[in-house]
Amino acid sequence: MSVEASALYDIPGPKALARHRTYGLIATVVLLGVLAWVIYKLIDTGQFAGDKWAPFEYVGVQKLLLRGLWHTIQVFAWAAVLSLAFGAFFAAGRLSDHRVVRWFAGLVVEFFRAMPVLVMIFFIFIAMKVEPRLALIAGLTLYNGSVLAEVFRGGVNAVPKGQSEAAYALGMRKTSVMIHVLIPQAVRTMLPTIISQLVVTLKDTSLGYLISYEEFLYAGKQIATNLDYSLPFIPVVIVIAPIYIGMCMLLSGLARYLESRRRRQHRGT
Amino acid sequence: MNVLFDNFTLFRKGFVGTVELTLAAGLIALVVGVLMAGCRVSPVRPMRLIGGAWVTVLRNTPLTLLFFAVVLGLPRFGVVLPFFTLAVLALGCYTSAFVCEAVRAGINTVPVGQGEAARSLGMNFGQTLSLIVLPQAVRAVIPPVGSTLIALAKNSAIAGSFSVVELLGTYRTLNELGYDIVATFLWIAVGYLIITLTLSAVFRILEKRLEVAR
Repeated sequence: MSVEASALYDIPGPKALARHRTYGLIATVVLLGVLAWVIYKLIDTGQFAGDKWAPFEYVGVQKLLLRGLWHTIQVFAWAAVLSLAFGAFFAAGRLSDHRVVRWFAGLVVEFFRAMPVLVMIFFIFIAMKVEPRLALIAGLTLYNGSVLAEVFRGGVNAVPKGQSEAAYALGMRKTSVMIHVLIPQAVRTMLPTIISQLVVTLKDTSLGYLISYEEFLYAGKQIATNLDYSLPFIPVVIVIAPIYIGMCMLLSGLARYLESRRRRQHRGT
Repeated sequence: MNVLFDNFTLFRKGFVGTVELTLAAGLIALVVGVLMAGCRVSPVRPMRLIGGAWVTVLRNTPLTLLFFAVVLGLPRFGVVLPFFTLAVLALGCYTSAFVCEAVRAGINTVPVGQGEAARSLGMNFGQTLSLIVLPQAVRAVIPPVGSTLIALAKNSAIAGSFSVVELLGTYRTLNELGYDIVATFLWIAVGYLIITLTLSAVFRILEKRLEVAR
């Protein structure tokens, strides 16, 4: 990356460059020091010992992990689809011409947005005695759906007013203005935000761990708490974390790509 | 109503626990987030890389996994701290990534000309940053940081499932005591609403106070 214009500093001259190199060196040394300490600690506490890594060699354990991962993906897919539908429905409600509908949709959306997801999941799981998987999907849908409703509403409101005025002038009805003119434009601008919210949904599927739903993290916990392998907490984190982070980074990468493409198109025309 | 009055001490303890958790983690998130944002906009490449890695990793890690690693994993790694401290660390570091992005975006909204003008008046880096750029950036940063801290308050609920005393965790005791579970959750919900609505009110006031016509 070449040095970009910034409000903070000039393009550095030779003296400043030398200084920056010194700072860079110090930062690198500090970072390497921290890494070395972590590695020393890992070895010192025996995290690389064979028996802690043994479980990952068993087919049963690998199957357990894969099943957990599959459950995570299933819950994510359900929650994503349902929360998109929920969001679309309540966004339509908030944009309604009827005050009662608007007021009710607003109340629902604001309430679920202000509430921790976990409280909802626990409520559905414990008070309503729903099975863990459904409770997880329902909780995620209520929360993410409400956030998405606000995203959709913002997107529709951000479409220039002239668009709907022109459509009405052509004699289109309320519904068809919405479906044919406003929503297609809103979705285009909102797509990066929607996908970022889906990253949140994906991350939150791990809350299933707390209600003992057998998703990926829970599978990891079952291995980590096994005394036979001398409680391999750290190895489990080392195995599981990159997979979670990788999945989320793929999705956020998609969101960033769409965002940059949208910006380019905006500038091009 | 009985659930609340009979167990007011318990609810109060949980409520205070959530508030303490939010405030402590919020403080860490703000300090670390601003430091990391400083790294990300600095002219020194290794520092930019450190900031970038911090944000990318933490933003893409599920908070539950982070809690799992910090609260259950760290002690086995030889780092022994009270549960509350570990929870504050996990929440604070997680939120700091979001604060960092908000601050960085805020600094980028300050027109380049402002910094150029400051430098042409002979100000050095520190002066430019503290007198010219940051005061302008703060205004742009307040709304996103506000929503980040509200998210933090909501996320703190996870700590309850990892043995930290906080509001959501109160349901467990009350459930065992045989109180009506729906009513219990109702009061827990009210507690969270009080916290999140107060936070958003505070940030709305801050935003109004610091608003300036551009």
